[in-house]
This record gives sequence, structure tokens and C-alpha cells, in this order.
Amino acid sequence: MNTPTAPQDILILQRSAPYGSSKAREGLDFILTSAAYDQNLTILFLADGVFQLLDNQNSKGIELKNHAAALEVLPLYDVENLFVIDEDLTSRAITKDQIINGVQIISREQGRALIAQHSKIIGF
Amino acid sequence: MASPYSSQSSLSALKFAQTCLEQDHGIYRVFFYHDGVHSASELQSPAQDEVNIHLQWQALADAHNIDLVTCIAAALKRGIINEEEAKRYQKNQHNLGSSFELSGLGQLLDAQLHSDQMVTFG
Repeated sequence: MNTPTAPQDILILQRSAPYGSSKAREGLDFILTSAAYDQNLTILFLADGVFQLLDNQNSKGIELKNHAAALEVLPLYDVENLFVIDEDLTSRAITKDQIINGVQIISREQGRALIAQHSKIIGF
Repeated sequence: MASPYSSQSSLSALKFAQTCLEQDHGIYRVFFYHDGVHSASELQSPAQDEVNIHLQWQALADAHNIDLVTCIAAALKRGIINEEEAKRYQKNQHNLGSSFELSGLGQLLDAQLHSDQMVTFG
């Protein structure tokens, strides 16, 4: 593996609900790996990925790790650019006070601009 | 990212890779993640009149010296394991194809950083 030269801007799209498939969790693993290699990360939660942000998750009964709890430690890894699409929250009847702290709510248009700004994008 | 045979995207990834090479594009690495790790199992035994996705990846890697990397964490939990890891986890069997390797997610990041384009299937 070549060592990366300088940190690059990477946009990670979290599009999947937290427990129905392994995508959300394995996307989070990629975020943590990229953070460990000091990349400039931006995370955009959209579509069913907005369910990852619900702050009252209790996954003990299905023997999976709490996804929101894992997201809340991202600032410790200097991952602070977290965005969610407003319309995707609304269409799933999720209100602003039901999601974890530290996530900026943006419009679909702003989300589109965020995607347009990045050349390195990976979706889960 | 998708499981071979269950999802078309697994075969699409293979066909896309083959076509890229036919048209003289370079492939930095193929990274298998999520259920896509099952493509690395040499125990795949489809019916004789069906495509063997594992063998086609093997053939592509051998012909063009392509790096086929399987996410080690995603693979081990799904029972895709090489001889070395089988010893470590005290398993009697191993099934990782000879042209595949097990490695970490850093390899996916590395590929993204060093490629003009990254294409995801599944």
C-alpha cells in the first residue's frame, strides 16, 4: 500500500438504516479508518441513512452495537462535518430534537452542492 | 459490496472490470467489502452452465496482475478465511482464493486516494 501524500477531502454518504443491513456499520468502519489516516472527512446522511441519527436507539435486544453511540464519538476522531438532508428527515417523520447533537441540517440543494464540491465520494 | 449470484451487481462489477482492461484503462485495486467478500471463496461451485464469478476474478487477476483485496474484518465474520487466519482462529478449513488477499480498510482508502475514479457496485 502506498502511503497517502497529503490529506484529501472525502465525502462519505450514509444512505442505509442502521440495523437492517451491515452497510451503516461497515460505512462507519470506513469513516474511522479514514479518520485514523488523517483525511478531511465530510459525512452526509441521506435517504434511510437519516435513521442512523435517532438519539434513542436501543439495539441490545437484537445483539448489535448502538449505532448512534458510535456516531457520537466521531468528534473525538476530528470528524466534525456531519450533515443531514432536511427533507429526508421530514419525509420519515423525524424531528430535529430526535437526532443526536452535532449534526447540521441542510437542504437537498445544499446537499447537492456538497456532492458537487467533492471528487472523492464513497456511499454506503 | 453485493453477494455473488444473489445480486446482479456482483457480476456487473466483474464485467465492468473486464471491460475497463479491454479498453486499456488501468485498475488500481478491486476491493471486496460487505457481502462482496463471498466472491473470494474458492469453494463456489455453481452449475456447469452458469458463470463462476470467483474463477473469473481469479483469471482476471492472474492475466492482468490486478490487486484483489478482501476486507479482513468483513471476510472473517462471514467465514471467508485464508490459511494463516484459519490457524490463528483454530479453524480446520480455509477458502480464500489464491489471487485474493485479506487486508484492512486502509486499502480501500488508499485506492480511493490514488485513483481518478472509484466505482462501487451493490
